[in-house]
Amino acid sequence: MRCIEFEGKQMINITEVAETNEMIERENLDVRTITMGISLMDCAASDLERLCDNIYNKITEKAKNLVKTGEAIEAEYGIPIVNKRISVTPIGLIGASACKSAEDFIRIAKTLDKAAGATGVNFIGGYSALVSKGMTDKEKLIIESIPEALKYTERIMSSVVAGSTRTGINMDAVRLMGDIILKTAEATKDKDSIGCTKLVVLCNAPDDNPFMAGAFHGVTEPDVVINVGVSGPGVVKRALEKTHGSDFETLCETIKKTAFKVTRVGELVAQEASRRLGVPFGIIDLSLAPTPAIGDSVADILQEIGVEHAGAPGTTAALAMLNDQVKKGGIMAASSVGGLSGAFIPVSEDQGMIDAAEAGALTIEKLEAMTCVCSVGLDMIAIPGDTSAETIAGILADEMALGMVNQKTTAARLIPVIGKGVGDSAEFGGLLGHAPIMPVNKFSCADFVNRKGRIPAPIHSFKN
Amino acid sequence: MNDNKQRAIITVVGHDTVGIIAKVCTYLADNNINILDISQTIVSGYFNMMMIADLSGKSKHFAEISSELDKLGADIGVVIKMQREDIFDEMHRI
Repeated sequence: MRCIEFEGKQMINITEVAETNEMIERENLDVRTITMGISLMDCAASDLERLCDNIYNKITEKAKNLVKTGEAIEAEYGIPIVNKRISVTPIGLIGASACKSAEDFIRIAKTLDKAAGATGVNFIGGYSALVSKGMTDKEKLIIESIPEALKYTERIMSSVVAGSTRTGINMDAVRLMGDIILKTAEATKDKDSIGCTKLVVLCNAPDDNPFMAGAFHGVTEPDVVINVGVSGPGVVKRALEKTHGSDFETLCETIKKTAFKVTRVGELVAQEASRRLGVPFGIIDLSLAPTPAIGDSVADILQEIGVEHAGAPGTTAALAMLNDQVKKGGIMAASSVGGLSGAFIPVSEDQGMIDAAEAGALTIEKLEAMTCVCSVGLDMIAIPGDTSAETIAGILADEMALGMVNQKTTAARLIPVIGKGVGDSAEFGGLLGHAPIMPVNKFSCADFVNRKGRIPAPIHSFKN
Repeated sequence: MNDNKQRAIITVVGHDTVGIIAKVCTYLADNNINILDISQTIVSGYFNMMMIADLSGKSKHFAEISSELDKLGADIGVVIKMQREDIFDEMHRI
């Protein structure tokens, strides 16, 4: 191998070029999303018509070059940028003054959808309510509008933040979300309840998450910002195959080095997008985000690490290690890290997870344990359509409790597929993939979730 | 823009045949693109070439050169890709 220097710097050689291009062409290396966060604070108005105009104008002005710029970067660097998206200030806040009913909020949803369509992004996140401690009347209205809003729009993503380590868990909101998830499923039952794939309930939600469905532009953020989510499960898996059977030290080193390389590409794309768009760079989200494509699976990495299927004993430990090494490798590669950062373990979007669920290796309970050590939570899990709202609320509460006590982000994106039961499969198509319906514990938690009020913040939240 | 931003990596991959380098180099010369380095290997009949090119004197837009190289590759029967050098620098140099 030659190493020639040019103006004092060692030049790139053919092996390095081949390695990068192999990652892109064969191992599904991509930048998963460039997400432009846009504050809608200055759009607020008490007149609904004016509010909608302000929102539409601001989004279409700020994001007018987003997709075009993303595509130019893709072409010039030869790296796919799979999604270009927008996140906005939670509409529960922005619509509070103008909206008098759930229908009023749906007007805003339609406006957001139209603005997203005009800018060419595939999703817009932020049809959201931040209710981790309490709900305003308007926030209750937006939550109640979610099923219809998701039914009548294409690109809207919705999230409800129902708890945090500092505030505890708003159990009234959790209980309400049990109903809302079922209603959303019912409203979109002709498409395997696909509306629920666009709705997530979070604990400790980050303000700068570029990934859907939980992306919103937090109130602590600047007017406009660029956040980038990286990916690369296929690259990590391939690197581990090359050190097959090695000890833990080698395994961890390999993951770290690979995460570093993957993240550097994200950093480059983020800086370049920020420069070209004239918008400040926010964060890189260091995430192993799988897709249904063969070889782009987090479950496959776990298998390569040594469990027969994701869900086998040892899976939680393997995932904990994977997640930690991804962060350690990625953090040095990025100038600013945030969002969710870690491995995603959605069921439907990951072929290896789908296989594990179908083989009977993976249960909701095991997934719950895995969410203690990964970046998010119970993600894209199809459950029987006849699951009760109370049971859904109970699963949500469990997931919120894990986040609250462990001071991490957790989330639940559950899809009760109306008309289907265990043994059936839900088909969502595209990046969302398909999901086997997983069995849910049959015992009731109704008396627990029907209590009013909130679960107080845990003792270790009192740090002042 | 610094020099680095004006450099691109051109890769050519495909079946080995007479005149691949000549055709690519002629195109680059016609467009005032200077070649700083060329390396190539042939692995089981497959031609694999990499060039580091300086685009600072280029006469066309990056996207235009890129798509013309793409077309040239199709004519010769190889795949030609042009990427900005930064992506490799970022990944392999600290």
